[in-house]
Amino acid sequence: MERNNHYQGSSKYIASSELINAVNVAAALNRPLLIKGEPGTGKTMLAQSIADDLKMNLIIWNIKSTTKAQDGLYVYDTVQRLYDSQFGEGNVRDIKKYIKLGKLGEAFVSEERAILLIDEIDKADIEFPNDLLWELDQMNFYIPETGETIIARHRPIVIITSNAEKELPDAFLRRCIFHYIAFPDETMMAKIIKVHYPDLDSKLIQYAINGFYKIRNLPGLQKKPSTSELLDWVRALAICGIEPGLIEKELPLPGILLKKDNDMALLKRKYGGSAINTHAGHWRG
Amino acid sequence: MFVNFYYALRAEGVNITIVEWLTLMEALKLGLANNSLTGFYYLSRSVLVKSESRYDAFDRAFLRCFEGIETPPEITEEVLNWLENALPPLKMADSEKNPGYDWSLEELRKKLEERLLEQTEQHHGGSYWIGTGGTSPFGHSGYHPAGVRIGGESVNRSAVKVAAQRAYRDFRADETLSTRQFELALRKLRLLSTAVDGDKDQLDIDATVDATGKNAGMLELVWTRGRKNNVKLLILMDSGGSMNPYQRLCSLLFNAANKSTHFRDLQFYYFHNCVYEYVFNDPFCLRRNSTGTYELLGRFGPDYRLIVVGDASMGPGELLMPYGALDWWAENEEPGLVWMQRLAGHFEHCVWLNPIPQQYWEAVEGARTIALLKDVFPMYELTLDGLNAAIKKLMVKK
Repeated sequence: MERNNHYQGSSKYIASSELINAVNVAAALNRPLLIKGEPGTGKTMLAQSIADDLKMNLIIWNIKSTTKAQDGLYVYDTVQRLYDSQFGEGNVRDIKKYIKLGKLGEAFVSEERAILLIDEIDKADIEFPNDLLWELDQMNFYIPETGETIIARHRPIVIITSNAEKELPDAFLRRCIFHYIAFPDETMMAKIIKVHYPDLDSKLIQYAINGFYKIRNLPGLQKKPSTSELLDWVRALAICGIEPGLIEKELPLPGILLKKDNDMALLKRKYGGSAINTHAGHWRG
Repeated sequence: MFVNFYYALRAEGVNITIVEWLTLMEALKLGLANNSLTGFYYLSRSVLVKSESRYDAFDRAFLRCFEGIETPPEITEEVLNWLENALPPLKMADSEKNPGYDWSLEELRKKLEERLLEQTEQHHGGSYWIGTGGTSPFGHSGYHPAGVRIGGESVNRSAVKVAAQRAYRDFRADETLSTRQFELALRKLRLLSTAVDGDKDQLDIDATVDATGKNAGMLELVWTRGRKNNVKLLILMDSGGSMNPYQRLCSLLFNAANKSTHFRDLQFYYFHNCVYEYVFNDPFCLRRNSTGTYELLGRFGPDYRLIVVGDASMGPGELLMPYGALDWWAENEEPGLVWMQRLAGHFEHCVWLNPIPQQYWEAVEGARTIALLKDVFPMYELTLDGLNAAIKKLMVKK
């Protein structure tokens, strides 16, 4: 393995050693890396972090429910060509002019090895990943309109994220390296908060984390609070100037962490109405 | 290489293929496991396992194959307590370190075992007992060229210990369920077809060329409709007393189905233990808010997919005898089983989801009626795996 291709994590992004390992395995084997995990565990941020660390160009392909595999390869602008032929503009015989490369195509023709992030692949149609099998495997595709084959100059590092909204096809999974980002434990969480708010009082952070896991571990929660909600909560606690010692006992501002009425009621039942003001976002002072 | 590991994984239900196995071999050849068992654990997991719900199965298989490769002597709570009150870490100048220290792991292990037997109290800063900050081979924050770290900060957890923790137990597909997971399963129930309604928003190139040609070269664009999901779903839920323990599970399914927006039509009806002349519009099962079963069959054609959710447990009479229904006003001239067969006959695609785990179907009180209904409907347990199998079944005709 080339040394300069070795991802080591970056200062702004806390990655576990397993994750770093998975990234390097994927890069060395030239396989796409499939990242799954709860929302807010930093799946998308990972690609940015790799790009920063390896100083590579990051190409992001955001997948929507209407995205087709073809969109990532190239788009043949037929309508433009028809219009041009109608009004005699431009050289319509030059089909190349009407072929626009998609994100995957862009990554293939890139001068240097690039990082391609295929974000939230599960948003697209169920068949979408299967349609990309050949292209991701062989790293080339054929444009019948021009008779041209686009071959990757440097095989890009492909990072694919999924929120598990749809099951991905087995044939696709077989070709991927898989990593599940587990929800961070308390030590990891403290590090993550430190990265985001380096100036905060560590006592406040510790108490907030304790309170956070207390809420998160309530059995029967419909929507568990995630990292991003904890970050908001910590910041709100700091802004409101709440006494760190009170955080664990009173769990103030629960509305930032819990977004469902049922969950709020559950918290109230568990820790009593006196400690928690159920009006989300309002603190009695 | 490690072929027994391959088979152990398959035995635990991790469906790995030769392709993935060869990828692992390639990775090992490249030295990606860093020549350590822990490295191998993470490498093989990321290459071979493609879902967090199989992490636990992987852990079990890994334990089976590699347990015993690193078995540290048993370290009790008490020993860890000795180490709680630690001395500051002992820093050794490089020159003082003795690189040629002669040791063997076996010997060290034997010594640690001896020491564990002998020692009865805390020791810190010495060179013999288990303690902190000293030069004894056992303990932490100290220095010994070939010591055994007990407690304290660890950099690398041993693979077998990681596997033994089985941290991913909660992700097993056959155990935990959430609305979201149900939703995912229901989403698989998709049939794409060119719907009659919907916007014409895709360019039909062939038709455009034809039309333009007919139009003497003047451009004429022809648009066509995209493909839309065409699944119509009818869900019948048992809301009888015996279903109470499974209320949460059923409400999960209900929520998941309701949240899925991709069905062309989704209908819910309820019944009490068994379907007779009437089905009910809400879970309270009151006559005044009900629909005739024949009317239901008339309204929803055979192209609807039927999911019945119920424990299928009732008195056999409710299913087999005319007038056997539990509710006094039900005038069922025909036994419930006939009605059930009628439903199953009408809908070309139907399944029964049973919240009772399959392994108990033959042991529970309702075993007899479960067996009867199992012959009428393909029956699956209401777990993620069961639902997935049921959905697969719903995609094809009986």
